[in-house]
Amino acid sequence: MKRYLVLIAYEPGDWEAAGPEERQIYIDGHQAFHDFVDEHGRRISGAALAGADTATTVRQSAVTDGPFAETAEMIGGYYDVELPDLDHAITAARLLPPSYAVEIRSVIDLDAAGERVG
Amino acid sequence: MTALERVVREEWGRLVALLLAQFRRLDLVEDALADAVEAAQVHWPSDGEPDNASAWLVTTARRRILDRLRAEAMAARKEPLLATEAERRPQEGVMADTGDVVDDDLLRLVLMCAHPALPPEGASALSLRLVMGIATPDIARLFLVSESTMAARITRAKKKIVTAGIPFAIPGTEAIGERLDVVGHTAYLAFTAGYAPGSGPDLLRAELAGEAIRLARVTHALRPSDTLAHLIALMVLQHSRRDARIGADGELVLLPEQDRGRWHHDEIADALAVLAGAGPASSPLSESYRLQALIAAEHATAPSSQETRWDRITDMYAALEVISPSPAVRVARAVSVAEAEGPVAGLALLESLGMTGHRLPAVRGELLARAGDAQAARVALDEAIALCDNDVERRHLESRRAGLDAPGATAERT
Repeated sequence: MKRYLVLIAYEPGDWEAAGPEERQIYIDGHQAFHDFVDEHGRRISGAALAGADTATTVRQSAVTDGPFAETAEMIGGYYDVELPDLDHAITAARLLPPSYAVEIRSVIDLDAAGERVG
Repeated sequence: MTALERVVREEWGRLVALLLAQFRRLDLVEDALADAVEAAQVHWPSDGEPDNASAWLVTTARRRILDRLRAEAMAARKEPLLATEAERRPQEGVMADTGDVVDDDLLRLVLMCAHPALPPEGASALSLRLVMGIATPDIARLFLVSESTMAARITRAKKKIVTAGIPFAIPGTEAIGERLDVVGHTAYLAFTAGYAPGSGPDLLRAELAGEAIRLARVTHALRPSDTLAHLIALMVLQHSRRDARIGADGELVLLPEQDRGRWHHDEIADALAVLAGAGPASSPLSESYRLQALIAAEHATAPSSQETRWDRITDMYAALEVISPSPAVRVARAVSVAEAEGPVAGLALLESLGMTGHRLPAVRGELLARAGDAQAARVALDEAIALCDNDVERRHLESRRAGLDAPGATAERT
């Protein structure tokens, strides 16, 4: 099993502008993702995030306003999941609402000394 | 070719696949096999070649991997016994030490190397390295990049496989077609790099094109598909002309002037048989390969340049442009229309077309020259010469340009 962070980006306001039927598409997509991950691996955590306009970025000692980068799309939520391999992660990501851009990142295990494990 | 070279050339992918199936450690497998080949270079000349060369290499490589796993376990201060787990674990698949491997392992390797999550250039290089067993310096030479650049490209691709968890697996039936298409694209990318390189002194590196065809054939043998069959037919037909494309002084010889006796007619016959047996195309990608193969087949079967059925070729280019419209297809179509209906009809298709590189102004210049507009032809050819970074092709353009300056040259053409 590998651990993946599934980062979800979308146009701000998409969800707010969606009507009941469109919202159901979003809900169904997430449900399909949950079902797939539960069947093939494990959901560790996941959440929707408040808008990037409320983000805080910390670099060294400086704390600045805003997300990492100004882009039209923003990271709007994430899942932390365990799945057998990248193909399973891609299959799961494709179940999410089609308007999303999804970035899949491997989670690296570090030991107490900060060395990579495995 | 020595026995060792033969094994490396023909069996490398299978040996990598076999060891990966057992150990699942891409980082160790390739190094261990390279070590085994080095050991064979030392021992075989004095000790004699072993009866089963691939089994000898696998056994030697397996011993190296187990040494490395033990060392890793010691370094991690884990129970040293844990490292030998791989030794005791029942081996997957049917194989022991005979050098045999179930074909599915090789297919797993092919699909892993051409995974869509890898950058296409990295996938091509990695496929040539791991499946075809071509040494990294040779791959660098074939792709016209420095050895260190190619080594870094291959290392990045391997790192991505390990870190991102790209599986050594065969996807389900619904996804396998898509994945085989990527393998085909990977092979075609390597083929194109060999067939029409953009820069450098050699016009074509037939060796790379040949290896790309071999990759597609290996994959097709494992899991036949109409897409791969059409692609193989296309590549073999183009490849069959390799000797005739280069003149005695290394100059480019265009299709009409090629000595058709120097084409590999056995390969043409083989490609036509593949094309005939491939059946209908199941996807637009497959259909685009099929149409390109049919166009190549028209050229390959024309008894002479004058007898080429340009009317059929223009129809096929028109169909191809519907499926996969691109400036390159438009230019090729314009050339065929110019042959079938005259240079003015060809030039009409190029109006307001934009395409980077030297190909568009080169074709425009040629067609303008044939249409009798020497002045405009010179301007276009000058532009093409300035943009062309392949030495051999540029010399061809320059000689065409020089011919226009000769009095009466255009009159002869028209």
